[in-house]
Amino acid sequence: MPAYALHPQVGLRPEKFGALAYHYGNRRLTFLNDDKLVAVVQKAHEYDDVDGALAAAGVPEQNWPAYRTVLARLAESEVLQCR
Amino acid sequence: MQVTDRLSHGLEAPICLTWELTYGCNLACVHCLSSSGRRDPRELTTEELFGVVDELEAMQVFYVNIGGGEPTLRPDFWDLLDYSVEHHVGVKFSTNGSRITTAAAKRLASTDYVDVQISVDGADATTNDAIRGNGSFDVATTAMGHLADAGFKDFKISVVVTRNNVEQLDDFAALAASYQAQLRLTRLRPSGRGADVWDELHVTAEQQRTLYRWLLDHPDTLTGDSFFHLSALGEPLPGLNLCGAGRVVCLIDPVGDVYACPFVLHDQFKAGSVRDAGGFTKVWRESPLFTELREPGSAGACASCGSYDACQGGCMAAKFFTGIPLDGPDPECVHGHGEAALVAASAGRPPASPGHTRSGPVPVSIGRRPA
Ligand code: SF4
Ligand code: SF4
Repeated sequence: MPAYALHPQVGLRPEKFGALAYHYGNRRLTFLNDDKLVAVVQKAHEYDDVDGALAAAGVPEQNWPAYRTVLARLAESEVLQCR
Repeated sequence: MQVTDRLSHGLEAPICLTWELTYGCNLACVHCLSSSGRRDPRELTTEELFGVVDELEAMQVFYVNIGGGEPTLRPDFWDLLDYSVEHHVGVKFSTNGSRITTAAAKRLASTDYVDVQISVDGADATTNDAIRGNGSFDVATTAMGHLADAGFKDFKISVVVTRNNVEQLDDFAALAASYQAQLRLTRLRPSGRGADVWDELHVTAEQQRTLYRWLLDHPDTLTGDSFFHLSALGEPLPGLNLCGAGRVVCLIDPVGDVYACPFVLHDQFKAGSVRDAGGFTKVWRESPLFTELREPGSAGACASCGSYDACQGGCMAAKFFTGIPLDGPDPECVHGHGEAALVAASAGRPPASPGHTRSGPVPVSIGRRPA
């Protein structure tokens, strides 16, 4: 399992629907449309792997595969970085 | 959840905030959206500018689009740039290029947090200078050369698409590529002095179709979501595809007044001022105008149109300054409903205001040629 952290060049702003992430390097804006996802993204660096972060954010286990896909996509677009 | 529903609850801060620093300009482009020319004595002081940046930092505004007028004419422009970057507010600024010297280009290339956008309105001097003034194409391309030489990759070349330059889209793309820059195309709106030239310069229905296909073929072209009314032609263009005025977008003008969007400098769309108690934050989050703009709009005359989901009735500014009711069709409606609406509205156009346009002859020399 990969481990993630918020990319150092990304700013995260909480919004009522979740959060907005902005990458100061590639200047891309990403909508994060769910509070649990935002919690995972914010706390990812505190856990040894992605599942630890999912558990800590209270994501029900049957949804983990879907979240892993979303997180991998966020890593691809450099909102997250692998560590 | 639909984007519009999300936005109806209001964002904590705008995504696309334009901040015009001065009405002063050394050019006098015929389509200037802010009717710039002379500085306004009431423009924000340096201290007030810094105060606004502090607020933007607290609101976590990621970046501002700085413009004018010609923003670099303000003596405190470079200080403001440094101050914003230090306070984590990224800056994208628009310029005619006249102050982008070799030294300035090096300085700009040294940080990720600043992006530069050079305006041209023709892919050659003849086409460009007819809109922006004699010598302005040379000045702009000289600035582009300085940025490229300094290693500034992906700066923007920004073009307002008109009847006269729409045939040059490939040339603009080639121009951008030759400087390793990115092309940005935006829509001509009848705002500011643009109202005086819109009838002659806005693209024809046929040209709109060509433009739409070109945009689909060149998805890397930036547009600031300006052409979403063209999404009614079929496949939607990339972007949010809605009028973001007061919801995603807003403008702080040089005297600190806050408007719903840079293209609606009119009292009807003024939400407040950064000088009011509570500052910009309160205007953005609580002003009655913005609250109203965030409500789902009525489809009005467009209700029976099968393309309403794609086009949402188009651009509020384009309607307002051509006298079309705000729930009417866009004057450039791709299904041709704009023409009749324009005829019906011709008496209702808001009177043109000279704004800060300089009187007397348009200057042909635009300051020192950059070294
Ligand atoms: S009728 Fe209205 S919604 Fe339909 S394409 Fe025209 S402007 Fe857009
Ligand atoms: S009024 Fe027009 S230019 Fe302004 S945000 Fe709406 S669509 Fe864009």
